[in-house]
Amino acid sequence: MHLEELPDGSRGVNMPANEVVKLEDVWVHYDGEPALEGVNLAINQEDFLGVIGPNGGGKTTLLKVILGLIKPGQGKVTVLGGTPERGRKLVGYVPQYSLFDRDFPVSVWDVVLMGRLGQAGLFRRYSEEDKKTARHALETVEMLDFKDRQIGELSGGEQQRVFIARALVVEPKLLLLDEPTASVDAPMQTGFYELLQRLKQRMAIVLVTHDISAVSIYVDEIACLNRRLFYHHSKEISVEELEATYQCPIELIAHGVPHRILREHD
Amino acid sequence: MRHALLAGLLAAVACGIIGVYVVINRMVFISGGVSHCSFGGIGLGYYLGINPVLGALFFTVASALGMGIVTRRTKLPEDTAIGVLWVMGMALGIILVGLTPGYPPDLFSYLFGNILLVPTFDLFVMLILDIVIISVVFLLYKEFLALSFDEEFGTVAGIPTERLYLILLCLIALTVVVLIKVVGIILIMALLTIPAAMARQFTHSLKRMMLLSVFFGAVFAVGGLWLSYALDWASGATIVLVSVALFIASLGFSRLRSRRQLKVSLLPQRQLSDE
Repeated sequence: MHLEELPDGSRGVNMPANEVVKLEDVWVHYDGEPALEGVNLAINQEDFLGVIGPNGGGKTTLLKVILGLIKPGQGKVTVLGGTPERGRKLVGYVPQYSLFDRDFPVSVWDVVLMGRLGQAGLFRRYSEEDKKTARHALETVEMLDFKDRQIGELSGGEQQRVFIARALVVEPKLLLLDEPTASVDAPMQTGFYELLQRLKQRMAIVLVTHDISAVSIYVDEIACLNRRLFYHHSKEISVEELEATYQCPIELIAHGVPHRILREHD
Repeated sequence: MRHALLAGLLAAVACGIIGVYVVINRMVFISGGVSHCSFGGIGLGYYLGINPVLGALFFTVASALGMGIVTRRTKLPEDTAIGVLWVMGMALGIILVGLTPGYPPDLFSYLFGNILLVPTFDLFVMLILDIVIISVVFLLYKEFLALSFDEEFGTVAGIPTERLYLILLCLIALTVVVLIKVVGIILIMALLTIPAAMARQFTHSLKRMMLLSVFFGAVFAVGGLWLSYALDWASGATIVLVSVALFIASLGFSRLRSRRQLKVSLLPQRQLSDE
């Protein structure tokens, strides 16, 4: 393993060109309790990965490790060829919905611009470039008309779109979403997933959720996380084979024909 | 009297601007801790034979920074740290004054304010502190907004959130020092809370909230001064009572407004959240 010069001038590990994230034997403990155990994961540029698992299984911890907000006790994390802190510049983050004060006196426009703080620099106003990117991001999520509204006035689904726009303004190579549909109603969820399908063309997406049914239709890869990570490659089981073979009751209950069945693991 | 009015206006600028951050960040308890702690600095100033306001300045900034660092780096819960800070400063101030030789100074004016006897030097210090506060807030406006709204995202976006938080604590400390002579240590919390909280009723924009908050602070100061002069009441306490009365009135006013809007706008949202 040798260090080579990367496009941004920094020195990084020699990783395959389209590998966006690599976790090697990552362990995280909170007060002695394990949150992540020996996690190995590689995410590529074209991936649209859904991470599912029970609450408390470490899904949010996984995202925070990728973002460098949590340092693993053991193991190695590489993001875009460098440390997670450096990788942040090109990572868009959509945190869990519940974490803000609805009454906060801030407009949609202000919230989206916050994503540009790293680009804008301390002590300076936001530039025209920053504003242009913000406008473009709001157009992508179809929320430009709402730009002067106070953030608390919006519905759950609309707020979610604003937070996605905030993540998009850094023009990320990786988009991380934590329980994005937790308080969004069903019709809005379809629109949300279709937005992600469009975004998938330009960036890797990792979506963490406990909502299995909606996820399985849209994502390309699935990983199950309950302190330990099990990665199911999309080619593992084909939909046609399943539909032909299995007409019998399945453990997963969902609307319509389940498009995915995962091989059992422990 | 002219000094008193000037002091009131200078105080309104500081508490109007910083009070907004105190209110939106729910740091009211912190502001109480910092303001009571400043009494230690007053005592220190007397003990060292320097202007007590200057003693308060350095002591309060140091204490606020210390509290901020301790809460961030250790597992100590924030409100425990604030509680300790609160009483430590007061107790230290009392002891230091007691150790100072000579006649005991008029502590009453520091605890409860004495806006009518603010010396010119103190006005000068207040002006400098106001300029510092305005400059820092102007330069770091977008960073403070992000820190207040979503600190974790701010860290991800690339701003030095811990340092910014410590700077904000320093600004609160500076504002506390500006307010000591106006309403006194015991009541500073009122001016750091009420003007901003009242301004919040009338606008959704942070910038407008700051302007309104300064305006209300000025109204309270001038109105309270006039009333205390007319009724021969303690000036600091009258300013605070005026602000409380007007704030309660504004709550009643905005409740009337929002009740009309309640039926129209909240219903659809409630249906969504019931899913």
